[in-house]
Parts: sequence; structure tokens; C-alpha cells
Amino acid sequence: MNPPDLKYSKEHEWVRSESDSVVVMGITEFAQDSLGDVVFVEIPDEDAELTQGEKMGEIESVKAVSDLYSPVSGKVIKRNESLIDNPELVNEGPFEQGWMLKVEIKDASELDNLLSADDYNSFLKSGA
Amino acid sequence: MSGNDYQSPYTPNTDHDRQQMLEAIGVSSVEELFKDIPEGYTTDSLDLPPALSEPELMAYAQELAASNMVPGDYACFLGAGVYRHHIPAVVRQITGRSEFMTAYTPYQPEVSQGTLQTAYEFQTLISQLTGMEVANLGMYDGSTSMAEAALMAARITKFDRISIMDTVSPLYREVLDTYAQAPGLKIDTFTSSQTELEEGTACLIVQQPNFFGYMEDMTALSKLAHDNGALLIVSADPISLAMFKPPGDYDADIVVGEGQPMGVPPTFGGPFVGLFACKQEYIRQMPGRIVGKTVDTKDRTAYVLTLQTREQHIRRERATSNICTAVALIALMSTVYMSSNGKRGMRHVAELCYHKAHYAATLIDDLPGYSAKTDETFFQEFVVECPLPPSELNEKLLDYKIIGGLDITAQVPNGMLVCATEVNTREEIERLAGALAEIGTGK
Amino acid sequence: MTSLLEKFELNRRQLLMERSSPGRIGTTLLPLDVPESELPDSAILREELEMPEVSEGDLVRYFSQISQFNFSIDHNFYPLGSCTMKYNPKLNDEVASLPGLAQIHPLQPESTVQGAIKLLWELQDRLAEITGLVGVSLAPMAGADGELAGMLMTRAYHLERGDTQRKKVLIPDSAHGTNPASAAMAGFDVVSLPSDADGNTDLNAMRAAADDELAALMITLPSTLGLFDTNILEVTQIVRDAGGIVYGDGANLNAIVGRVRLGDLGFDVIHSNLHKTFTQPHGGGGPGSGPVIAGERLVDYLPLPIATRTGSDNNEYFSLGTPPKTIGRMGAFHGNFGALVRAYAYISTLGKEGIPKISEDSVINANYILSQLKGYYDLPYDRTCMHEVVFSARNLKRDHGVSALDVSKRLIDYGIHPPTMYFPLIVEEALMIEPTETESKETLDYFIEVMKTIAQEAADDPDLLHNAPHNTPNTRVDEARAARRPNLRWRRES
Repeated sequence: MNPPDLKYSKEHEWVRSESDSVVVMGITEFAQDSLGDVVFVEIPDEDAELTQGEKMGEIESVKAVSDLYSPVSGKVIKRNESLIDNPELVNEGPFEQGWMLKVEIKDASELDNLLSADDYNSFLKSGA
Repeated sequence: MSGNDYQSPYTPNTDHDRQQMLEAIGVSSVEELFKDIPEGYTTDSLDLPPALSEPELMAYAQELAASNMVPGDYACFLGAGVYRHHIPAVVRQITGRSEFMTAYTPYQPEVSQGTLQTAYEFQTLISQLTGMEVANLGMYDGSTSMAEAALMAARITKFDRISIMDTVSPLYREVLDTYAQAPGLKIDTFTSSQTELEEGTACLIVQQPNFFGYMEDMTALSKLAHDNGALLIVSADPISLAMFKPPGDYDADIVVGEGQPMGVPPTFGGPFVGLFACKQEYIRQMPGRIVGKTVDTKDRTAYVLTLQTREQHIRRERATSNICTAVALIALMSTVYMSSNGKRGMRHVAELCYHKAHYAATLIDDLPGYSAKTDETFFQEFVVECPLPPSELNEKLLDYKIIGGLDITAQVPNGMLVCATEVNTREEIERLAGALAEIGTGK
Repeated sequence: MTSLLEKFELNRRQLLMERSSPGRIGTTLLPLDVPESELPDSAILREELEMPEVSEGDLVRYFSQISQFNFSIDHNFYPLGSCTMKYNPKLNDEVASLPGLAQIHPLQPESTVQGAIKLLWELQDRLAEITGLVGVSLAPMAGADGELAGMLMTRAYHLERGDTQRKKVLIPDSAHGTNPASAAMAGFDVVSLPSDADGNTDLNAMRAAADDELAALMITLPSTLGLFDTNILEVTQIVRDAGGIVYGDGANLNAIVGRVRLGDLGFDVIHSNLHKTFTQPHGGGGPGSGPVIAGERLVDYLPLPIATRTGSDNNEYFSLGTPPKTIGRMGAFHGNFGALVRAYAYISTLGKEGIPKISEDSVINANYILSQLKGYYDLPYDRTCMHEVVFSARNLKRDHGVSALDVSKRLIDYGIHPPTMYFPLIVEEALMIEPTETESKETLDYFIEVMKTIAQEAADDPDLLHNAPHNTPNTRVDEARAARRPNLRWRRES
């Protein structure tokens, strides 16, 4: 269920490389399923600077709030505005229409800190 | 009554029942159930008076009540944040229904639609009354609403200065001081002669009508606040809003107020309900309970507590507030009050207050030695400069069966803040003027 | 075509503004008996006010009809853990409605409200005796408000001693959410404290955290697991030795009132929820009342006002005073007087004889339920409980896919309010059951039978539970929709 061409963080975010310097990110199927019905997404504005591993926003379900951590460092060049009015897109398609940010990354080598799909699957199986 | 035969009317189980239950539990005595309490710490006997029977308690309570001087028996001209208005009989009858009075917080929507639907009514009517987009289900009282609004403004703007007008109730100001101490907010006192706010001010807080009863120039103050990058917080008297322009019309960001004037007896200061309304864009920073409309699994209209992720039971130390009270029952009193008076009655009550207060001001201003401040627009209370200290006057007014206005010597030399609402009859107002004249001239 | 039955359904959910018809009114208009004054400039007057226009009879019928959609303590059993939903005596309401108490204005001169201040003074005295502490402020208007007061007092105490580094407040992981929220509002950093396998405070973690940055421990006794912490004396000693304040959340006072006093156990400051232990009706979420009660270390910091007495029995005079180092005002006036009167009436009715019976019967009732439902539901902490017992529905979840939520909603079909669910957070599928002392053995036996039946239904017909409740005005509601697109008020359709 986790697309093989993506990279994953242990905080259950995914990253898709669009070019050498541009990535798209969102949260995984596992994350949306654990959260339940997503009701509100707070993500940084365009031009915001992100740092890998640091808090970048929040996602709320009816009875829980979770922090979102940036899987990469870089500058936000686009955000998924549809999530503001339709947060359920995260539930409906976490890897597609539920994407969150498009980011111009600073250092492509940071992607090596992330997990492959196989490693992420094993990480999930290990019960983390 | 001896201790051994004591049976409380509120605890059904008899010694026989207890014995059966202890056997089922598998212990031989109640003491075994309390065995986790450290030895030597069990209380043998509390130093409390013996149990009173119902008639004994009622007699004692009546004795305590009778040693108070009670508005109604006395003509009362106190306001200053708590106002006496006629409360239609339906208010007490409806809110006295045990379905409303003895229900719990509506966490279980399927068994709480009565509370939830009336809450939605309250939010609707408060939004309409204030001219704001949304309202919550109420805070503890008007003063804590105002303090929480200041904290909310600081969260929204990320500024840490609070500007509050010097004409806001000094009691409200004290509550703001309590709330602001720990977050380290700096409070600046704003006077009407100032033309700008300090750099980095989160909000300007204005009371309308102000503590002294007079109307502030809200259009100018709103512009001033917004020009300085601050939010405008208005603390408004709800009855006045039936007559004067609502804060939504002059672009207030947050509106707070004391709900007591709408259907709630003075009750020596509480329980009341703090009104809290704001612009839609700020709802996620709002404190308190909020009810929303939705549907059930059969697509029928239903109401439910919503936006709960703002609250302490989910966000814990990062919540918008620690509050988990919605003063739902008092909010219901206000809801029934607004709906029974309705469109016409609300305006009527407001205008009666206006005329009564102006009649009182005119009579008092004509008295030798007294001066009522009537050069500014006021609603239902006004300042009188007296020939004697108001505390002395008030003491003597009791002989005329009158509870006088509030002693505001701290703000105005020999100042008395006099309030007249629709419940003050012409006879009472004339009695006050007559008594003040006699006392003032030393008769 | 809308059928008549559908129409009935829709009509009774119609809102006031939808019932409004121009010209109707729900009360009489008082005539003006003084000369009219000139109105102010129309520029500051309101042009249009939207308010309902409904007759009195229609109003009464509307509110009466929707009141029937509620469960309430007068109609239903509420085994709602940590909420102490006990019977609310009618006498208390009558006392609170006496005009001599309900009609007095909070700003009247003290000499004109001697009876009211005397009542406050006597209530302070009773609460101090019951809790074993020395000073009481009745000002806080809810439990969380009392917590905020206690935390601000703690802050003031440390600041006065120059202990500016004391920023840490320890809070057990089983605590109610208001504890961390109140500590944060008072400027503290919250550190979560684990419970040990028996549900007591983990003493090793406690010792490790008790350093010179410790400001306070906030602890509920008995805990929200319904357990009396057998380490409590060590816990309070560790905190005090480290220079910290022991704050007691009085939410569960019902379990120990008249039996053991928190002051005697080393607590410095607590709040008492008068709407729980002392029967102020819950009112669908409020008003509450949360007096803050302090021992010697913090008594001077209490919020104002405090009722005080001077003179002797035949010549006494009561005033509203200010503690010397007060943190200030929690609200504009003297607390929720109406709730205070009810608590006073309740304590007076029970008196010396009745107060200890509260804890005795509430603890017997809870242990009776524990003994009868053990084996049907998982019991994460299998030991004598106090006034409430925490079960887990994880066995039903595992075996039949039925959750604590499903069990709770099915209880509604049997006329019983759901217990507190999914709390405390450290118990999965938690069902927290507090019967209170005002329920009879017969009521408990019915509840026990229902709970056993539901466990059987979970095995036989899980969907019956998934779809519960079945006989309420609404089935389960779409909370996600409410939160995604908030509709918080009625608006005229344009």
C-alpha cells in the first residue's frame, strides 16, 4: 500500500521527488488511518522555511491533535490549498489529492535519512 | 437525632443493603474497603454541626436571608456590571425543568439534544445581538470573558501588550491582572486623549457603555485600534445592544459581556454567564465550549460539541484555555429571556432603562449640591457628584428603604454611580431624589 | 411529499428564529411611568435587531419538547466516572431561591448583606474542617478555575522566595486534562509522571523529578483510576522535601470525604468541585463552583474575597477581606454564590452524621459493581477501588470488534447514561464507572444485569451495539462534518 517510489519518515510522512531540488510531501496511509476523520490541517504558508525533523504544522481529527514534522529542509513553494476547506482529502487519498506541500529542498542528501518503502513497511510491522 | 439511627434522605442503602453488598464483595466490614488509607490518618469525627432536618435548615436559611436588606423590599440603584431587570416567569419555569437543570455536559449527543439545541439557539441569539459572526456557549462571567479575550488576542497577534481603557470596570481590570500575570502580558491603561497605542499591542479593550454608564466613540476607537495593528475587544452590556449600534457594526474583533442582565437574578454575584463572540476567522483560537450543527447516521439534523481539539481534554497544556465549563443553564436563562422578550420586548426594555435613568438624572441634577453628569450620552447609569461622601449618604438612604448607588469616590470625588432600570418605578426614583435632597441639606 | 410524521419530526427541531412570526411576543410589556427623554443621535442607535417573535405558550411547548431529548439525573442513572453525578436535593434549590439570597446585589454595602457573608463564612469553615486545611476562598467558579487559582498561588509563593527557577509541575499520566492546561496558564512547564503497575505514583520517577526546579505536583486522590495511592505519604514527603507544593485535585473527594483529610496527608492546596461532591446541579455543563482551599504555606496567597468574622457570638460582624499576599480576583465578585448556597444547604442537611456516609456508600457501591462485573469486562487494576472502578472493554474489542464506545451507546437503550469512556488515557478502551452514594442496590443490580447482557450481545450480535443507540431522537452523529465545516449559528437563508 505504500508506493515503492517514495521516501518515508518515522513520523509517517512521505516524500516524492519531482526533480533534483523539488519534492512533494504528505502523510502516509498508516497515519491517516490512525488519525481517523481528519477535520483540520494547519500547514505552513508559501515561502516558509522548513527544517528536517522539526515541527511544521498540525493535523486534527475529531478528538486528537498531532504535530506534523518536516521530512526535509527547504522552502515551501506551493501548498495544497484544497486541504483548508476539504481536509477529508487526506483521508481519501493521502498519497494523491491529500498531498500537503511542495518544497524546494536545500540538500538532496537529506533524503538519505529517510526510509525506503520496504524499510518503512518493516518499521510499521515492528509495531512503532 | 442519634447518630445510630441516622439515615440520609439522599442515600437509599440501609444497613441491611450494605451488609448484603459487603458479602457480595467478599469483605467483612466497610473498613476493609478503606484499607489503602495509611494507618493513623483516618478521621474519627469531623467537627461539624449535627444534621439538620428540612424545616430546621429552611428556618435557619430564612433567618440568614432575613438579615440581608433585599432589593425589591428596598429601592435599589446599584448597577456597575450587575443589573436588575424584570425576569419573565417563563424563564424560571423553563430553566427549572430538571431535564435541563440536572443534565451533564453534553458529551453524549444522542442523550443531550435538548441541551445542545438550546446551546445552538444561544450562540445564534448572542451572535445576532452583538452583530458578530459566531459566539461560544459562554464563560464563567463577563470579567473572565474579557480576560480570556485578551489572552486570545495575544495568541492571534503574537503581541504581548494589552491596552485597556481607563473607563473599563475596575473589577474587570483586576481579573485581567490576575490572568495576565503568568503569561507575562504587559497591561497599558489607555485614556481617551491618547491617539495611538504602544508598539506591539495585541488589543484595545473598551467597555460600552463604559463603567460610568456613558457611550464611548466606538467608530474612532475601532479605527485607532486597527490602525495600530491591534484587535478591538468590546465589553458590552447586552440590554444596551437592543438599542445601540452593535459591535459588529463598528468592526469589533471580539465581543464579551456579562449575560446576567438577561434573565438572571443578581444572586450576590453569580452564577452568571460570560458572553463571548468573535469574527469567524478566529474561531480556532476561541476558548470555551462550542456547539455545531451536523447530521446523524440517518441524515437528520443533530447538534454536537465541536472544535474540541482547542480544548484541555485533548490538547492538555497547549489548549486555548483550561475552561471546561459552559454555563449552559445560565445561558439557557438568557436564551429564554431573549426569546420571550423577543424583537420588540428587548428594544422596549432598553428604552425604558434609558428613560428611567434620564428621569432620575434630571431630578438629581436639580437638587442643590448635587450634580449629575448629563453632557455625555448615557444609557442606564450616570455619575452624580454629591455634597457628602457617598458612603454616608448610602447609610442614611437605608432609612428611606433605599439602597443607593455605588460609591466611586476612588474615581470621582464624592462620586456616586446611580443606575435606574425599568424595574425602578417612578415612585422609587422620586423617593431617591427626595431623600437625597433631605440628606444633602441636613434635614 | 413530506409525510405528517416526517413533518412532526422536522417541526420539533425547528429553531426559534424559524418559528418566529412578526408581531408575536412572549411576555408583557411594562408601561413607561416617567416622562420620555430625547433619544440620542440616531447615528449610534441600532436600526435592526433580529430576535425571535414567538408567543409564550409556543415558547414553553418548544423548550419543554426539546428538554425531553435530554438524559438527566432526575430521570436516569449516570455512572459517569470522575463526574460524581449524584442526586441534587430539591431543598437546596429552594434555599438558593429565597429572595433574600437570590435578589441581593454583589456591590451592596457589607452592613446590608450580613446574612449572605455569614453563610459564606460558615461554608468556608465547613470546607476547611472537611479537608483538614486552614483557609478557603470560595471565589473560583469551576474546578479548573480553582486549579488556576492554586497554580497562581504556587507561582506567587515561589517567586516571593526568589525561586524563579521553579517552573516544573509534575502531573500523573492519569490526570484530567484541566490539570496540565491550568498549570500552563499559570506559566509552568508540565512534566508527565508515570503510574506504576499497581496504579500508584511511580516513586522512582517521582524521586528523579523532585529537584530544585520542581514547583508543584498536581495529583488527584484517589486517582482517576479510582485507586487510593498507597504511596501517598511518600509522595507528598518527596515533593515537600524538594521544596515543592502539593496540589490536590478534589474531583474525587466523594471517595474520602469524612474518612481522610487531604490536609492531614501533606497537601498544601486543593480545590473542591462543589458541583460534584456537594450537589450543585450540573445544568448541562455549568455553572460549577471550585473553591480553593489552602494550608499554612499558601493561605496568604488565596484569591479574594475571603469572608471574615469579627466580634463575639452576640455581636458578630462579617466582612469580605483580602488575604495579605493575594493573587487577586478570579472573577468580578464573590464566586458562584448560588452554587455555594446549595453546597451549604447540603452540608448542613447531612451534618456530622451524614458527611462520612457519602464516602462509605459511594465506595461500597463501586466495589459492589467491581465484584459483579469482574470477569465480564477486563479489570486492568484488580484491587479494591474507591468511589469508581475502571474497566476495559478490550476483551470485547479483541473478541467481537465491539468498543467501549459501542458498549456505552448501547447502555443508552437501557435508559442508562454512558460511563466516562477512553479516560484515563492510560487504560485502553476504558469504561470508568462511578455509581455515587445516591443510587440504591436495586439500581446497581439493574445496571449490572444490563452490563452483563451487553457483553453477551457483543458476542451474539455486534451490529446491535455498533448501531446503538436505537431509541433516541438522534442516532450517532457526524462529528467530523461538524468540525470540518463549522455551522455554529442559524442564519436566514438568502
